[in-house]
Amino acid sequence: MSAAQLSDFEIVAREDLSPATFLLEVRHPMMAKAARAGQFVIVMSHAEGERIPLTIADFDRARGTVTLVIQAVGKTTREMQQSCTVGGTLYGLVGPMGVPSPIGQARKVVCVGGGLGVAPIFPQARGFKEAGAYVIAVLGFRSKDLVFWEDKFRACCDELILCTDDGSAGIKGLVTEGIRQAIEKHPDIDEVVAIGPPVMMKGCAEATRPHGIRTIVSLNPIMVDGTGMCGGCRVKIGDEVKFACVDGPDFDGHLVDFDDLMTRLRRYRSEEQAALERWSEQCRLMAAADQKEQPAPAQAKR
Amino acid sequence: MAAKKKKTIRTIPQQRTAAREQEAAARVKNFAEVTFAYDAKAALVESERCLMCPDQPCVRGCPVGIDIPRFIDAIAQKNLRAAYDVIAETNLLPAVCGRVCPQETQCEGVCTVGDTLEPVAIGRLERYVGDNAIENGWVNNPYIEPNGMRVGIVGSGPAGMACAADLAKAGCEVTVFEAFHQPGGVLRYGIPDFRLPNAVIDAEIDNLRKIGVRFECNTLVGRLFTIAQMRDEMGFDAVFIGTGAGYPSMLGIPGDSLNGVLSANELLTRCNLMRAKDFPNVDTPMPLGRRVAVIGAGNTAMDAMRVCLRLGAEKVTCVYRRSRTEAPARVEEVHHAEEEGVEFHWLTAPVAVLDDGQGGVRGMRCVRMELGEPDSSGRRRPVPVPGSEFDFDCDQVVYAIGTNANPIIGQTAKLKLDKRGYIATDDDFATSMAGVYAGGDIVTGAATVIEAMGAGRRAARSIKAYLGLGATLPGASPQALFGIPPGERNYVRVRIA
Ligand SMILES: Cc1cc2nc3c(=O)[nH]c(=O)nc-3n(C[C@H](O)[C@H](O)[C@H](O)COP(=O)(O)OP(=O)(O)OC[C@H]3O[C@@H](n4cnc5c(N)ncnc54)[C@H](O)[C@@H]3O)c2cc1C
Ligand SMILES: Cc1cc2nc3c(=O)[nH]c(=O)nc-3n(C[C@H](O)[C@H](O)[C@H](O)COP(=O)(O)OP(=O)(O)OC[C@H]3O[C@@H](n4cnc5c(N)ncnc54)[C@H](O)[C@@H]3O)c2cc1C
Ligand code: SF4
Ligand code: SF4
Ligand code: FES
Repeated sequence: MSAAQLSDFEIVAREDLSPATFLLEVRHPMMAKAARAGQFVIVMSHAEGERIPLTIADFDRARGTVTLVIQAVGKTTREMQQSCTVGGTLYGLVGPMGVPSPIGQARKVVCVGGGLGVAPIFPQARGFKEAGAYVIAVLGFRSKDLVFWEDKFRACCDELILCTDDGSAGIKGLVTEGIRQAIEKHPDIDEVVAIGPPVMMKGCAEATRPHGIRTIVSLNPIMVDGTGMCGGCRVKIGDEVKFACVDGPDFDGHLVDFDDLMTRLRRYRSEEQAALERWSEQCRLMAAADQKEQPAPAQAKR
Repeated sequence: MAAKKKKTIRTIPQQRTAAREQEAAARVKNFAEVTFAYDAKAALVESERCLMCPDQPCVRGCPVGIDIPRFIDAIAQKNLRAAYDVIAETNLLPAVCGRVCPQETQCEGVCTVGDTLEPVAIGRLERYVGDNAIENGWVNNPYIEPNGMRVGIVGSGPAGMACAADLAKAGCEVTVFEAFHQPGGVLRYGIPDFRLPNAVIDAEIDNLRKIGVRFECNTLVGRLFTIAQMRDEMGFDAVFIGTGAGYPSMLGIPGDSLNGVLSANELLTRCNLMRAKDFPNVDTPMPLGRRVAVIGAGNTAMDAMRVCLRLGAEKVTCVYRRSRTEAPARVEEVHHAEEEGVEFHWLTAPVAVLDDGQGGVRGMRCVRMELGEPDSSGRRRPVPVPGSEFDFDCDQVVYAIGTNANPIIGQTAKLKLDKRGYIATDDDFATSMAGVYAGGDIVTGAATVIEAMGAGRRAARSIKAYLGLGATLPGASPQALFGIPPGERNYVRVRIA
């Protein structure tokens, strides 16, 4: 192989899936080759930036790219929503990190994605399908206009249950309602895989616990290095402490201490708030100073 | 090395030449280096203190066997370039080692002068030479004739850097893969600027680039590609693994996962590598409580405490279950931490981190210890004093109680590991996979910069033998081992003034 140039990772495509969710396809042929479902990357958008973990939502070995789907929630992700355009580069991109999701044994699975978890559940759903399983996708969004990738999921799943909070598309209710329906219809489900906000994953684990269905969740604690060196990503699994970046991010949902995870995710809340406010203020000032240029996030179709 | 006039312990300068330091009160407010370098005069005076002993105990005290009296003599002759050449025979990073070696247990600990007076300040002299080399751009770049061999190095800490340097000098095409976005290992992310400025590391990395070493950052070996792939698909003729000891230990006491409890590695990485001290001008935050308790008394603990002070903590307390004499940190670091106002609770062990009811820390519960019988490490084992539990207030707790082997390479390569999960090697640093060598903290567990560097160099030597590039007999003297054997293939030393 030619040693890939492991810097200046070019953004080759971008798509805005909803006002707060955008997709970046980044060139990294070696990573496209190595990536497996369930793994993630750490991104630094610029030299002063934070290292943030993002799940590999898709990879294309032929094109030599990996796809990230990002929800703009705070300073870093909102800044990326503004600054990451096609032809631009990321300062740092390292991965694939984490232990790949074990795919293969289960015959009938439910893949649950909620909000920002919809994109990362996709490679798992596809992986299970390719391994010959019967795949039921349960996807949750707040409302109809936030729905994305429905077609992509339909193409690789045997059934799809769409859930919206307000009932504007699919069934009205949370993904747990979707899980309930799936279990009702299929008493022989082997495994449930759920990715989304911790509170959602907790709900999913509770929904399957009475049925004793193996439930795998992908945890998203705050990370720094992603190589097992800092311990910032530690999570409680049963009586054990695990580092999500090297021991996970997938764990048995019935053993995860979700309350601990949610508390720990609030660790830097006030600094995150301050950074976001400061950045928004800067954006406002810049916009005011330079009114004629109103940069709308560039869009590009794949 | 002919000593002209006979020196005796009575004729040499009796006082160790002081190195100027930033005042404690001022330095806790900045990240600038604490200890200033010797100036020419100070270095000259200190060099006079070396007795040029015939049996040179100091050389044996140095893990890489630097010819200490010879380089000190060159300083005395005012020939700094010659002094550098002597050090460079064995030590790749004099400006680093002069700053961070635990000299008191190594070279200076056995210095003859130290039997009567304070030992010769070998480390400071070495740093003086190293800094001059960087300033003047001295490097002993050999004429390198490419030999067509490709070697891949995993990890850019001192072990990887040293191994890379030797192999590049031997004519191999060397690529260093580093998971972080910047090279340097612990030197970069762990040891703070006030002890080892980034500029020193940058200069050393640049020197490696000048001899053709390529650095590929953002590369997590094991996951992006495996060790076996490096050897079988990527065309590397040999591989060296120097991934260091990561995976910080947690205490396993109640309150471990409270917000406000973090590992020293996380604190230091946020501050040093991610520059959180400049937040919000950089994006990585490191908010700190007002009163910090740091558990442990090694170098990592001292660095964590002193970083906390510089980040504005009002009070920093060290909790250590043994006594001051057993503290594994360099003596100078303990001393500096004391000067800067760290409060030490020696012979004290943590029992629990106390919850503030909102997921944060309100204090610590500790128990007093006393020293009992010596344990297997020869140190007296601390045992709790019954009924001596006490609480104190703090809102941040930093664990600096050691690390375990990083699991990634073990998870992804069929390498033999030892009982504790470190990579098993033979005396030649060869792992259980042919052509794959390992050294540094990932083999020994957390150790020192100079030991990691020495391991990297010895492994380079084994790799050269494996590749058929001028093997040398084992069991040679340290000088021959680390020096530049005249007959070694592809290694012609030229001077670039
Ligand atoms: C394994 C893993 C996979 C992830 N995959 C995705 C994904 O595919 N798409 C996506 O949009 N998001 C993903 N996330 C979450 C994403 O990393 C955070 O949303 C992002 O770091 C927020 O940064 P910010 O500065 O924009 O927001 P901030 O305002 O800094 O934080 C918003 C919230 O994100 C969390 N967070 C902050 N910093 C970090 C950090 N360094 N590491 C982890 N979490 C942090 C905190 O809980 C915080 O409350 C993943 C997280 C993990 C651990
Ligand atoms: C805070 C602190 C202070 C210290 N102070 C001193 C001191 O004063 N004096 C002293 O002598 N020693 C000190 N030490 C110890 C010393 O720094 C280490 O012993 C030494 O750095 C070990 O070198 P190494 O090359 O084995 O590993 P490291 O320096 O740990 O470097 C390993 C590198 O490999 C990278 N890596 C890991 N896994 C992978 C992977 N899978 N793929 C690619 N890259 C990978 C890591 O990111 C890292 O950059 C200190 C250590 C710490 C943590
Ligand atoms: S490398 Fe370290 S031990 Fe060796 S002489 Fe220098 S300071 Fe002393
Ligand atoms: S032991 Fe001390 S006095 Fe003797 S040669 Fe070494 S540095 Fe000089
Ligand atoms: S992110 Fe640092 S150990 Fe997992």
